[in-house]
Amino acid sequence: MKFTLSWLKEHLETTASVDEITYALTDLGLEVEGVENPAAKLSAFTLAKVKHAEQHPDADRLRVCTVETDEGDKQIVCGAPNAREGITVVLCKPGDYVPGIDVTLSVGKIRGVESHGMMASERELELSDEHNGIIELPSGEVGQSFADWLAENDPAKVDPVIEIAITPNRPDALGVRGIALDLAARGLGTMKPAKTAKIDGTFPCPISVTIAEDAATEGCEVFAGRLIKGVKNGPSPEWLQSRLRAIGLRPISALVDVTNFFTYDRNRPLHVFDAGKVAGGLTIQRTKGGETMVGLDEKEYTFAPGMVVISDDNGVESVGGIMGGLATGCTLETTDVFLEAAVWDRIQIAMTGRGLKINSDARYRNERGIDPAYNMQALDDATQMIMDLCGGEPSDVVVAGKVPDVSRAYKLDPARVISLVGMNIPEAEQRRTLEALGFRLEGDMAWVPSWRPDVLGEADLVEEVARIASLTKLQGEPMPRAHTGVPKPILTVAQRREQIARRTTAALGYNECVTYSFIDQAGAALFGGGTDATMVANPISSEMSHMRSNLLAGLLQAAARNQARGFMDLALFEVGAVFSGGEPGEQAVQVAGLLVGRTGPKDVHGAARAVDLFDAKADAEAVLSAIGAPAKTQVFRNGEAWWHPGRHGQVCLGPKKVLATFGELHPRVLEAMDVKGPAVAFTIAPAQVPEPKNKTATRPALVVSDLQAVERDFAFVVDNGVEALTLVNAAAGADKALIEGVRVFDEFTGDKAEAQMGAGKKSIAVTVRLQPVDKTLKDEDIEAVSKKIVEKVSKATGGTLRG
Amino acid sequence: MSDLREKYLTLIAGASDEATLEDIRLQAVGKKGEVALKMRELGKMTPEERQVAGPALNALKDEINSALAAKKSALSDAALDERLRAEWLDVTLPGRERRQGTIHPISQVSEEVAAIFADMGFAVAEGPRIDTDWYNFDALNIPGHHPARAEMDTFYMHRAEGDDRPPHVLRTHTSPVQIRSMEAHGAPLRIICPGGVYRADYDQTHTPMFHQVEGLAIDKDISMANLKWVLEEFVKSFFEVDDVELRFRASHFPFTEPSAEVDIRCSWEGGALKVGEGDDWLEILGSGMVHPKVLQAGGIDPEVWQGFAFGMGIDRIAMLKYGIPDLRAFFDSDLRWLRHYGFSALDVPTLHGGLSR
Repeated sequence: MKFTLSWLKEHLETTASVDEITYALTDLGLEVEGVENPAAKLSAFTLAKVKHAEQHPDADRLRVCTVETDEGDKQIVCGAPNAREGITVVLCKPGDYVPGIDVTLSVGKIRGVESHGMMASERELELSDEHNGIIELPSGEVGQSFADWLAENDPAKVDPVIEIAITPNRPDALGVRGIALDLAARGLGTMKPAKTAKIDGTFPCPISVTIAEDAATEGCEVFAGRLIKGVKNGPSPEWLQSRLRAIGLRPISALVDVTNFFTYDRNRPLHVFDAGKVAGGLTIQRTKGGETMVGLDEKEYTFAPGMVVISDDNGVESVGGIMGGLATGCTLETTDVFLEAAVWDRIQIAMTGRGLKINSDARYRNERGIDPAYNMQALDDATQMIMDLCGGEPSDVVVAGKVPDVSRAYKLDPARVISLVGMNIPEAEQRRTLEALGFRLEGDMAWVPSWRPDVLGEADLVEEVARIASLTKLQGEPMPRAHTGVPKPILTVAQRREQIARRTTAALGYNECVTYSFIDQAGAALFGGGTDATMVANPISSEMSHMRSNLLAGLLQAAARNQARGFMDLALFEVGAVFSGGEPGEQAVQVAGLLVGRTGPKDVHGAARAVDLFDAKADAEAVLSAIGAPAKTQVFRNGEAWWHPGRHGQVCLGPKKVLATFGELHPRVLEAMDVKGPAVAFTIAPAQVPEPKNKTATRPALVVSDLQAVERDFAFVVDNGVEALTLVNAAAGADKALIEGVRVFDEFTGDKAEAQMGAGKKSIAVTVRLQPVDKTLKDEDIEAVSKKIVEKVSKATGGTLRG
Repeated sequence: MSDLREKYLTLIAGASDEATLEDIRLQAVGKKGEVALKMRELGKMTPEERQVAGPALNALKDEINSALAAKKSALSDAALDERLRAEWLDVTLPGRERRQGTIHPISQVSEEVAAIFADMGFAVAEGPRIDTDWYNFDALNIPGHHPARAEMDTFYMHRAEGDDRPPHVLRTHTSPVQIRSMEAHGAPLRIICPGGVYRADYDQTHTPMFHQVEGLAIDKDISMANLKWVLEEFVKSFFEVDDVELRFRASHFPFTEPSAEVDIRCSWEGGALKVGEGDDWLEILGSGMVHPKVLQAGGIDPEVWQGFAFGMGIDRIAMLKYGIPDLRAFFDSDLRWLRHYGFSALDVPTLHGGLSR
């Protein structure tokens, strides 16, 4: 919302400076977005008088003038036809910046004659497009500031333009008068009485108005209008044109400019029809769908069913409250004008406006809310202005519908205001504030002014009082803790786990990423997502169309981007939400880590190597352990399709509860994601990890034996398909009391192994650690348990001790 | 006998390696060595002679033995010195490569915020990112055709044909968590809700996903003055400055009344933000007293309870605090960016140890 200082002063009697006004506006909640002060760029220029002018010796069109300035007489060469003795001019001195020609002046020589400055035209000072000659002022003293002279004699030219942001609750501030009211309530001046006209029609209105039944509810509340016949349309007067121009509007013609004036002056959109082009009466009705109309913006609009429009016998002539039609629009030839003032349903305006994609000043205001109580008076006020500017004779008013009664009152509870705001605002001040804003107080009930649709309860009264009192003055007041003493921990188990998982993964050398929650359909589909259930209806691009079902998709895309930048070895991770469906709650936290390339750059120690699934497994296990997963888990295969079928594992508690998956990614997935392998990854579902049952911090007592532990190695020949874990579990089960641990230390596979041990065979070697508890082990004890181990392993795997 | 002593001490001193030394030992004090032979001669002596020669021989044996031991140790020291002289490595070679992980600024700053508010008794609440339009809008006093809905650039979820429910939304703010927390816990209540939010906007300063933290405090006598104090304390603690000036400006949010936008005094001298000094104002958050309709929507009686709510951008305050220039880079996962702006795994922000180093 833009307005000028002088426009504001039409409604507000004030001596406040622009700075005081803009500070107050922002503080009141009408945030100033910009102030344009034309006087600022004119500040250097002063008045001067041409004492003498004579022909330039070498140029027909130039004159050499002697100019009286505040710094004495100066010689200035001038090409303007009106440069002559005796006139008062605007002087630009060497060193001054002249905005209209974008030049900083210096002393120059024009065809051999020195010139000490210039005398400006209006265009050169960006005051208008006038450039037929230099400015001649009817008054003024030599040396006087030109900006001051303008402020005194032609204030519109140096009128500061203020632009404010309007929050959706303040339609009243979409009119200059509403802004003035806020400032007056703050004490920055007093309101001038509104200009009100009383028009008596001299003849019946020949155009009838009707609200069809289908538009009577949630369509149009009241539709009023009158004919003004015999008008002479033309350009509006300069004061009105310059006012509209100052706020960025293009003057069109007197009739149209009047409606724009009311739009900005009183937040009161109006419409004028060329009555000569209206066929029959005007009816407000809903569209059936498919009708078309060319709007005043010369675009054709096609209506969906149920939009509220104004029609005559020729069809749709106006999108009510949003935009008029071109066919019945006023032109310079218009002689009979039908002036419309209506109150529309706000929701209906919003829907129709959105449906047609029209963003007009009228829609903006009708959607946020105009003052319905002003409807009939607005008709008279605008009629008066039209008659003042264009002449004409007014008809009686025709009305369909009824001005809605929006009167309502809420209780002002002064103690509640103080309690909520925390500022000691006396009751009398609270009442004064509300009255200044147009509320009417009856006892403790405050009646809301008709132009404030946002005030809908007691809380809104509090806001008004606080706003005017100024929240800037609010002093902070300590808020005691809810409980005294040392604060208790506030994170839930899940939140702690998320944090620990994140920091553990980072400690393992992964860089944390935060990627978008939505990815492209193809990428989502590679990881079991990409269905309609997780589709965004209005994505910002096809790259962001589906909610991710797995973090790996985003991490792989991140890896590909980094590889394109030349970083081939990557360790990336993310902790974030993944979506199994489109309903609230169909989301879970996932921890995902991705290793790509080598474990590190080529190095002097030869330690770097390609990453493999055991890196991912170790990291997954470290994170699982950090978040409290049980040490004893099972590893299954048959994970999802994005893993390498033979090179992945699922860490499970039972066949259904998958805590984590690790492994190589499927080569097709890598290819689709444009990631150059090798690439291994893990994903963890922290929510699947059982919550700790033990609520105490106390650890179980440490049990250690003083007796010497014994380690024995066993190498077994087994079938290639036998899994090490089966073998380990079998060995460990041979004597649970004695065997403390079983660790795989060698695997021998491949051609050489098969050559030695037979086709389809491999060897797995384990170390078994025996920890006696009550007596030192003798050779025969060890012999006995060794035998049992071999038996158990043979039974479980079909393997034999390697000879 | 003194010849013998002289002879062996000289030999020992001259020995150049341990083998020679062993030969000398056998020759001198071995079972068949010269000293042993001399010892045998003791039997042939008179008791008087023996009384003199015996201790002398024993003393000689001891002396030779300790000379041998000293020489042996000297030889082994020399040998070790020699070996160590040969064992030279180029210590300027790099150590074994170790990957250095990092924590994303959004995670770090979220933890910083949680640490500060935890101290003031706020718990951390979470909610779904896909939510119903009721939680995201209606419950927050943003009815169906409120202009604020259109202005929020909402992402909607697809609706299957035949499913006539209003489409779910990607939450446009963390405020729905307020409602869910009120429903779940009632009053009194103190929570913050950090998390990702979504708006259909993408340009220099907007990304379709960003992060907010919402605060909510409800009790019987909480006022806007308390809100100001809490925010002052937060800003001081978060930006790690001793003093800060906050400016409350009246504004409008459908879910609070009165509402205020909050600016902090700052300076941008030399392009670097300094909080608490200077003549500029930086808008950092929106806040206000919870609207009675919002309390009602959360099942809390507005006649009894009142409180404040505020919301601010986590990414934004991270950018301000750590001087990160571009929001879009937060979500690009550029390794160089992650390493430069990321935090060490063990840099857990705490109030007692400091939020940042």
